[in-house]
Amino acid sequence: MSMASGETALRDYVAARATERWLWDRGRSVCLTDLHSGTTLGAGLPSLAGRSVLVAAENQLNAALALIELDGIARRVVILPPGVEFGHLAEIIAASQVDAAVIDSGSPSLTTLGLPIQVSCEPSIIRTTEDPANRISTEWVLVTSGTTGVPKMVVHNLASLTAPLQAPSPADGATVWGTFYDIRRYGGLQIYLRALLGGASLVLSNPEESVADHLARLAQREMTHLSGTPSHWRRALMNPAIEKIAPRYVRLSGEIADQAVLDGLRATFPQAVVGHAYASTEAGVAFDVNDSRAGFPADYFAVTRDDVEMKVVDGSLRIRSPRTASAYLGAAPPLAAADGFVDTGDIVEQHGDRCFFAGRKGGIINIGGMKVHPEEVEAVINRHPRVRMSLVRGRQSPITGSVVVADVVLSSGQDLEGKRQIEVKNDILKFCSNALPRHKVPASISFVPKLDVAATGKLVRRQG
Amino acid sequence: MSVKLTIMQQMEQVAREHGKILPPLKEDLVLANCGLDSLGFAVLVARLEDTLGIDPFTAADDAIFPITLGDFVKVYEHGQR
Repeated sequence: MSMASGETALRDYVAARATERWLWDRGRSVCLTDLHSGTTLGAGLPSLAGRSVLVAAENQLNAALALIELDGIARRVVILPPGVEFGHLAEIIAASQVDAAVIDSGSPSLTTLGLPIQVSCEPSIIRTTEDPANRISTEWVLVTSGTTGVPKMVVHNLASLTAPLQAPSPADGATVWGTFYDIRRYGGLQIYLRALLGGASLVLSNPEESVADHLARLAQREMTHLSGTPSHWRRALMNPAIEKIAPRYVRLSGEIADQAVLDGLRATFPQAVVGHAYASTEAGVAFDVNDSRAGFPADYFAVTRDDVEMKVVDGSLRIRSPRTASAYLGAAPPLAAADGFVDTGDIVEQHGDRCFFAGRKGGIINIGGMKVHPEEVEAVINRHPRVRMSLVRGRQSPITGSVVVADVVLSSGQDLEGKRQIEVKNDILKFCSNALPRHKVPASISFVPKLDVAATGKLVRRQG
Repeated sequence: MSVKLTIMQQMEQVAREHGKILPPLKEDLVLANCGLDSLGFAVLVARLEDTLGIDPFTAADDAIFPITLGDFVKVYEHGQR
């Protein structure tokens, strides 16, 4: 596992740039170049060498800085995303053989979990002359929130997390990234690492901040590149503060980017490249699509691009690439098939020369034996000019087992009066009838003021 | 609006959406012959749950099989009490 000397760890990318670059989380702005000759882990850093370290700082900026310092030094970093239940911590620690933790200074320690070494993050960078020269290859473990509630631990390394795609993103001039994601989740980590390797700065999100305040902060530092899920973006598009930002590059990932949200972003940011990426924690980044159209060209299957091989088996997309994770830790089924392909669980359908994501393997609604993916119905509803976003689910039916029902957030954001409400409902139904077979048209539409977006940035889908 | 009238209006509405023409809605109309298929009835029951607040079929302990429109209306009237 040890890395040949002379290879680079994350800290080398930070040191290599002379220009001032920073990370900003609202409370603090940290100059990254200071890490070249400094540390936020104080005298504790050497004690973490060769260990399996749980990055348990709740503060996102602390965690971000610790990752730079630990890569090349720790045997393994286990990145704890916010919101993991305490009850799962013992499992995570046991499965990943964690023997040390990085925590916020002043936070209650994890001694109850039997960790012998705990290092606190200092509020600022402390100058040091010691450059930890021995570099080892560090395993990066991401903790995903599984749908069953039991987190999965996905093993990557710096190479699998950062192997570049050729598809160019606008990079001229100084780049300031922003992301709606937390950088401790795959989508956010991608952006963080892209910023670090690309010589950019990054505005971090803050869980206690409103969308309007976040947008204002992005504007204040003249953010140029911004990333989030389609749900993040729909929420931002509903906010008047969206006018304050002027990104050159708008990126969507983590959920299906339908034509409605792409068109909405194009209209709002006519000067920007609007791109959507396909990636998952397990399969890694597979491709970027920058033509502002939903779906992706069908010839991606025929031609291997960026070393990504793709195929469809039983309807779902399978991916093999240098960016796929290597394994799960703990008691989990194999991450990939014997041939190395990862089943993404995302259903792909081809229409002409374009492929589209229809939904998740497990999310199908069964209507008297006919299958409906909620996402395909949402994509149609979201195209209606009055609609900002929607959530389609099954409702129990005594006749067909289930029927399709939809919760809809209107784009105006204002309440409609009774009669007008029925008119708009009927219009959306008609809109669906024109685009979908009868069994996929919602039996019932409810207008709701908002839809729940999980901490992962994805719509909360409840079964039933 | 009475339960009966609500049901009849919703039936007309679903039939319109599904491109079906209903026969005159009399009490003794046999539901199997009314022109709505099972999907049509599934949609009707879902709509009635929205407007009347109940799905008497799912709520019932025993399976209910109304034969005529009159039976169907009674199931809802009974469920509302």
